[in-house]
Amino acid sequence: MIKIEKRFYISKGQELYIILASIILALLSGALMLGLMGVNPWEAYGMMLKGSLSDFYGISETLAKTIPLAMCSLAVGLAFTMVVWNIGAEGQFVMGALACTAFVRYFYTDSAIVMLVSMVLASSLAGGFWGAFAGFLKARWNVNEIITTLMMNYIAILLLQYFVYGSWRDPTSLGFPMTPVFPESARLPQFFASRVHAGLFFALIVALILWIVVRKGVWGYEIRVSGQNPRAADYAGIKSARNVILVMFLSGAIAGLAGMAEMAGLHRRLQPGFAVGYGYTAIIIAWLARLHPFTIIFVSFFFGALFVGGENLQIAMRLPLSTVQILQGLILFFLLGGEFFRSYRISLTFKKR
Amino acid sequence: MELIVPILAAAVRSGTPILYATLGEIITEKSGVLNLGLEGIMLIGAYTGFIVTFNTGSPLWGLAAAFLAGVAVNVIHAFLCISLRANQVICGLAMTMFGTGMSSLLGRSYVGQTISGLGVMPLPGLSSLPVVGPVFFNQDPMVYMSYFLVFLVWFLIFKTKFGLKMRAVGDSPLSAEAAGISVSTVRYISTLLGGGFVSLGGAYLSVVYSHMWVELMTAGRGWIAVALVIFAIWHPFRAALGSYLFGGVEALQMRIQAGGTSIPAPLLMMLPYILTIMVLVMISVLKGRGRFLGSPSALGLPFYREERE
Repeated sequence: MIKIEKRFYISKGQELYIILASIILALLSGALMLGLMGVNPWEAYGMMLKGSLSDFYGISETLAKTIPLAMCSLAVGLAFTMVVWNIGAEGQFVMGALACTAFVRYFYTDSAIVMLVSMVLASSLAGGFWGAFAGFLKARWNVNEIITTLMMNYIAILLLQYFVYGSWRDPTSLGFPMTPVFPESARLPQFFASRVHAGLFFALIVALILWIVVRKGVWGYEIRVSGQNPRAADYAGIKSARNVILVMFLSGAIAGLAGMAEMAGLHRRLQPGFAVGYGYTAIIIAWLARLHPFTIIFVSFFFGALFVGGENLQIAMRLPLSTVQILQGLILFFLLGGEFFRSYRISLTFKKR
Repeated sequence: MELIVPILAAAVRSGTPILYATLGEIITEKSGVLNLGLEGIMLIGAYTGFIVTFNTGSPLWGLAAAFLAGVAVNVIHAFLCISLRANQVICGLAMTMFGTGMSSLLGRSYVGQTISGLGVMPLPGLSSLPVVGPVFFNQDPMVYMSYFLVFLVWFLIFKTKFGLKMRAVGDSPLSAEAAGISVSTVRYISTLLGGGFVSLGGAYLSVVYSHMWVELMTAGRGWIAVALVIFAIWHPFRAALGSYLFGGVEALQMRIQAGGTSIPAPLLMMLPYILTIMVLVMISVLKGRGRFLGSPSALGLPFYREERE
C-alpha cells in the first residue's frame, strides 16, 4: 500500500534532484502541449537552446536579460523573506525607468558621473515610493498588498503610455511612441561589442549587499522572524509595521534601479513594451532560488536563456512570446508540486500475510 | 434621466463579467482555498467561449464550453493546493501565467474575427418599468442569469447543507474533519465550481460584450474581482453591488472618452485600478475597527490532516 510520511530531514542532493525532476517534467509536459498544437517540440526546444546558449551572441543576449531578471528577483526575494507579497516589481521597474527618463529630459548635464548618481537616486526613489505606498497601506490598515501592488502595475504601465504617447514623444520619431535617444553622458557602457551592460555590476552588488544584510545582519534576522512568526516578532519587540514599509521601499528601490539600468544600459530611450513581464518572472526565480541572493543570479541566467530562446522561437518558428509564459507557468506548477516531496516521503510497502 | 439611464444600463453590462468572477471566487474562498489565478482563468474562458461560438455558431455551446474549461483548468489549482498543499499565492500566480499564455498562444489565429454573439432580450412587462426597466431588464440573457446566480450562490452558501460544510471547512477545517466532513472533497468541489463561474465571466467578455477575441482582453478584471471579494466580505449581494460600481466607472470612462475630452485616455483608464485600491483601503479601515463576520479564517492555509493530535 502507499504510505505518505513526513520527512524530518532532506539532504541538499535530494533537494536538487526534486528541483531538476520538476523542471524536466515541466519541459516534458510543455513538449506534449506543443506537440498537440502541431508544433514539433524538440525542434522548438532546439531553437530555444540554439538561440540562447550555443554561441557568443546568444550567451551575451542571455546575460543582457539576466540583468533585469536578477534585479527584479532580488527585489521580490527581499519582500518574500518577510512574507510580504510584492507582486509589483513590474510596476516599480517601470517607475524606475520613468524617473530616470524624466531626469534625462529635465535635468540633463554633461557630466557622466553626476548623471549616473542622480539617475540611480531618482529611479530607486521612484520605485521605492511605488513599493512603499503598498507597504504603508499594509502596515497601517492591513490592506492586501498582493492586490495593491498589482493594481499599481497597471497604473504604472498606463503612466508610461501617457508619457510616451504624449508630451515625451520624440518629434522626429515619425509618430512612433518613443522618447529621443539618451545623450552619451546618460548611458551605461556596454561591453565586448554586445548588449551586456554595466547594469550587471548593479545586480552583483545588490546581491552581495542583500546577502550580507539579510543573511548575516540583525535586521535581516528581524524581517525573517516577522515573516515566519509575526507573534514571536511582536513579543521580541520587533517593529514589524515599520519593517513592512522599509522592506517594500527597498524592494521597490531595487526594481526601480533595474528599470534605470534597462534604460541607460540597453534601450537608451523610453518606449512602451520594454516591460515584458520580468517583474512576474522574478516571482518564479525568487521562489526557485529559495530567496538566496547568489542562487537568484544563477537562476536568472537560466530564465534569461528562456526569454532569449523564446525570442528565437518567435523569429524562427513564428511562435509568440506567450509560449515562454506557458513554459514558465508549467515550471512553477511542477516546482510547487515538487515542494510536497520535499516535506513528505511516499513509500510503497507490501503487507505480509 | 435620459443621460443617466443608458450609463446605468451600461454599468450593469460592464459589471456582469466581474460579477460572475467575483461570485466564483466567493464560492472558492468560502471553503478556505485562495485562487489568485482569476485573470488567467477568465482569459481561458474568454478564449474558449469565443472559439466554440465561432465554430459552432451557437453562443450557448460557447458559454457551456467556457464553464467546463474553467472547471478543467482549476483541477490544476485544486490538485496542487488541496492534495499537494502547495503555496496558494504562488500557485494562483502560476495559474495566471499559464492561462494568459495559453489563451494568447491558442487564440492568435482568431484575432480580428467576429461573431454575432448573444443579443439583447427585453423581459416582457418588466422592461417597461420606468428607469429600473431599461437598466436591469432590457439586457441579454447572461445578465438575467447573473441575477439568478447571485441568489443561487447566497442560497448555496447560507441555506444548504453543502454550504454549511463549505463554511465549516473554510473556517475551521480541523473541527469540520472531526465532525466527519471530508475537507478535501468539499474544497475540491468549491474550487472547481468557482472556477467554472470565473471562466464564464471571461466568456461573457468575448461572447456577449465585445463579440470578438483580443489578447489580454480581461485587462485586470480578474484582479479587480479578487479585490471585490474582500469588498463584498464574501457575500454575494454585496458582490453584485461592487461589480456594478466598477461597471459604472468603466461605463462612465467610456462615455467620457467617446464624448471627446481633453483628458488623455491612459489617465482615464487608470480609474478602475485607483478605485480598486481606494475600495480596499476603505474596507480595511472599517475592518480594523471591528472584525467582520464572513471572512473565512482558514483562507489560504493548506490543511494538514496528520497534525491533528
